Formats: sequence, structure tokens, C-alpha cells
Amino acid sequence: MYLTNEQEAILKGEEGWAKKKCLEIIVGLGEMYGADRLIPVASTQISGVSYKTLGEYGLQWVESLAPAKAVVPSTLNPAGMDLCCWLEMGVPEDFAEKQMRVIRAYEQLGVITLCSCTPYLAGFAPRFGEHVAWSESSAVCFVNSFLGARTNREGGPSALASAITGLTANFGLHLDENRKPTAVVKLSAKLGGLSDYSALGYLLGKMMQQTIPYLRGLPSLSVDEAKALSAAAAASGNLALFHAEGFTPESRAYVGEVGERFHVDDRDLKRVYEELSTIRSGKIDLVAIGCPHASLVELEAAAALLKGKKISPTTKLWFFTSLPVKVLAERLGFVDVIEGAGGKVFTDCCMIVAPLEQMGFTAMAVNSAKAAVYAPTASKIDVVFTTFEKCVDIALEGRLV
Amino acid sequence: MRVISCRKISPGRAEGLALFSPAPISFFGTIDPTTSEVIEKSHPLYGQRIADKILIYPTGRGSTVGSYILYGLSKRGLAPRAIIMKEAEPIVAVGAIMSDIPLVDRPESFDFKSGLHIIVDADRGKIIIP
Repeated sequence: MYLTNEQEAILKGEEGWAKKKCLEIIVGLGEMYGADRLIPVASTQISGVSYKTLGEYGLQWVESLAPAKAVVPSTLNPAGMDLCCWLEMGVPEDFAEKQMRVIRAYEQLGVITLCSCTPYLAGFAPRFGEHVAWSESSAVCFVNSFLGARTNREGGPSALASAITGLTANFGLHLDENRKPTAVVKLSAKLGGLSDYSALGYLLGKMMQQTIPYLRGLPSLSVDEAKALSAAAAASGNLALFHAEGFTPESRAYVGEVGERFHVDDRDLKRVYEELSTIRSGKIDLVAIGCPHASLVELEAAAALLKGKKISPTTKLWFFTSLPVKVLAERLGFVDVIEGAGGKVFTDCCMIVAPLEQMGFTAMAVNSAKAAVYAPTASKIDVVFTTFEKCVDIALEGRLV
Repeated sequence: MRVISCRKISPGRAEGLALFSPAPISFFGTIDPTTSEVIEKSHPLYGQRIADKILIYPTGRGSTVGSYILYGLSKRGLAPRAIIMKEAEPIVAVGAIMSDIPLVDRPESFDFKSGLHIIVDADRGKIIIP
């Protein structure tokens, strides 16, 4: 791999230990994947924030990099708790203490402590063609597909290494030739709400192994729909890029038919709801919306459904979003309506990286296929995957309806 | 003496006794991070410790937490001295670089066995069996 004199000097340790280690990570990955050189990144997004996933040694690694500083705008993935209202969430105190250590460690490195899987909804959206190093898998798929930015699926340590060095290796999805669609997926399924986009994403992820799908027949693709689809596809099958005819910026470049053909119909979508639900009846003690983090539009829709109603006293209805979106939702009155009905809007965290198993929950309803995929293993909890409207109904009744 | 060419992934040089696994290793799940013992019952190295060995295995698998597990082992002084893989993957690559463990892959030949005395010179892309 070609390295500049300046990069060679960093590898010799001339700019300190942390920068040397971080560049070794970038160069090591580049060598592995046959990169020709390093390229600058415009931003990074770093996973490994919840103490539940990072653990003690991950935390020590982050702490060990100080006093190095991020040289490009860098934000964080969700933490294991709302950084302000963690007591209200019922998060154990010792977990909270360790979680705050993680946040302080990143702060020391000059990382912006916006803890969100949707930084693109909170002021951090890369532009078309821009090279970035992001690690949250749903955001990787979203910015590659919907915005046409370029990032590989980084791990937490490699995204952090890019933050400190401002560099990544030039391979994979940074290169034109690896972004071409390799299979056509024709949709005849009717897509209703966001959970249908999530179910479609789940199917795509499962069908596509090392394949970039070109979707034909999508009725629409709003920001929220692309967010739901990206998250599920990245969770079920590592999908990092899709093209959707008429909607995504790079789809215009690929008009011909390519590779294998797949087909998705209504029955396929319906089966996803059945496949991902681990229970069919009984009490639900948590209804969780916001995987990925809810947008202002979703919070507005929730407020409209909950106005003048009261959720069951045996169920919690929790929304997860980013801090900037919650501030706006407060100003617009949506948070008051949701809380008036007995719900809560939390920031900085989500139902997957929070220590749910330590918080006494046993069964959760979600409108996100990604949350439904991860919850049973990440939190050892039963899960129901259904539509947004049904999630709200379940919260009102306290059980599956 | 045998000299086997290979590819450098994580820099450095180390010498020690080989621990050879014909099966893949996932640092998350296969290895006990507090003892370095292989705890997966169906694994061919079950019950053995990877600490201080030249660990040789074909490929990695499993969770990205693996990088931090390898780093944790090294902080406890329980890491392998070097790692040789048929084909490296990003989780172990990043973990090895974080932990200053020399890592090489794609050796010309993968004919190793446990107990061999081995020198891994990642910087020169060589595995030496004196």
C-alpha cells in the first residue's frame, strides 16, 4: 500500500502512541483487503458505546488513547441508558456509573457525545460521494444507499481509529466497482407502514449474501422508510448498500438488468411478522419504538394516536430518539402528549443496548425487525414484531390484542 | 530450518511454542477471557490455554466484541505471543494490532502442529521453524 511520508512518520510514532496505534489499525485492515492507499474521511460514527457491549477492556482501550483527539466530526452510537433520565428507566446504579465513564472517555478524545444510530437526522448527514467511516450498521446502509455517501461497515475500534487519524483505507464500498447492483429484486408486495419496510429489509438481508440489490417496484422511500429498511437489512444479513429504482441517487447509473432475480410478495412480508415473533399471546411489559431512533415524524404520529388516551398501568411505552429530535418534539408538544398518556421519550439509548435483562422485562413489542432479531439473544426477552398502530394498541391494553 | 513466507497484518516479532487448531476460533465464546482457556466443549483445543503460545488457526468467526476480548487477554498478560492464520479477518486483525500481538496470514504452507518451536517475524513476512 502506498503511504505518504507523513503517514510513515505517524507509524514510526512521531505523533504519539495513540495516533500510531490507530493508523496501524487502518493500515492493517487496508493491507488485508488490498487497499492501494489511505483516503481522508469527512466524518466518523463510532459503535461500542453501551457498557453492555463495550465491556471493561473496551473501555480501557478508549481511555488509553487520550490525549489524542478526533480530527473530524465524530459522533457515537447509542449508549446503554438515557444519559439524563437513567434512574427513571430503572437502570442499575453500577451500570450507570460505568456507562458515564465510557461517555467521559470519548469526550476526552474530542468525540461529540451525540449518542444516536441516526446522526443523519440530527445534523450529521454526509453528502453524496463523500468518504466517511461509520460503524452503526443501519446508518452505514442508510448513508450508502439513500445519501450516496461511501463507507464500509466499520467496527467500533476502526471507526475510532479513523476519527483520530482522519483516514480510512481505500477498499470495499469506497470504490465505484464495488457499488454496482448484482441482483434485481422485484416487489409486488404492498407496503403499508414502517414495519412493512422493516420486514422487507429483513427479507432482503436474508436473501442477499455478498449481493447488492436493485429494488424495483417500491411505491415510495421516505427518510423514515429508508431508515427502517436499512436497519433490518443490515441486521439480518450484513447488507451495507442497496439501490432503489427512482429513489436512491446511484440507482440512475444502473438501468440495465443485472445478475439474479428475486421476487417479494405480500405473503413473504406476512411471514416475517410470524417468524420474528417469539410469542403469540399474553402480557407485554414493554412496548419500545425507536429502532433506529424515532424521527420527529414518528413522534408526531405517536402523539396523534395517544392523544386523550391512557396506556395500561402494567405496560411501559418507551420511545427512543436522539437528543436534538427530543428537544424539537418537546417544543412542538409531542412529548407532553406522549407522557400525558403514560409513555416516555428517552434519548441516547435504545432497547437493544440497554440492560433490559437487568431491568425486569420479560416480553416486548416492537415495530422494528432489527429489534426483534436482536432482543431474544441480546436481552433474553420474548418479542412481538408488529405494526406501529398495533404496538400502541398493545400498550393501551397491556397485552397482545 | 524451514522458512515460510506469509503476509503481515499486525507488526512485530515473537518466538514460542505452537498451539495448532484445525478449527476456527471466535475470541467471543470460544475463549475464557479471564484464563485464556478454550471453553467451547466441541472445540479441538478444549481445556487448553492460548496464553504465551504461538496460536495457529485457519479463520476467525463470530462477534465483533472479539477485538476487545483479545485486548483484555493482553492486558491480563494472557494473550498468545503471536498469531498465524490461514486467512485473517477484521475482528482478530484489529484486536491483535490493539494488543501489540504480531499477526500474519496466508502462509505458503499451513503444515503446523502443536509443540513446534516457531519464530513469527511479521515485519519481514516470515515464519521460521529453526
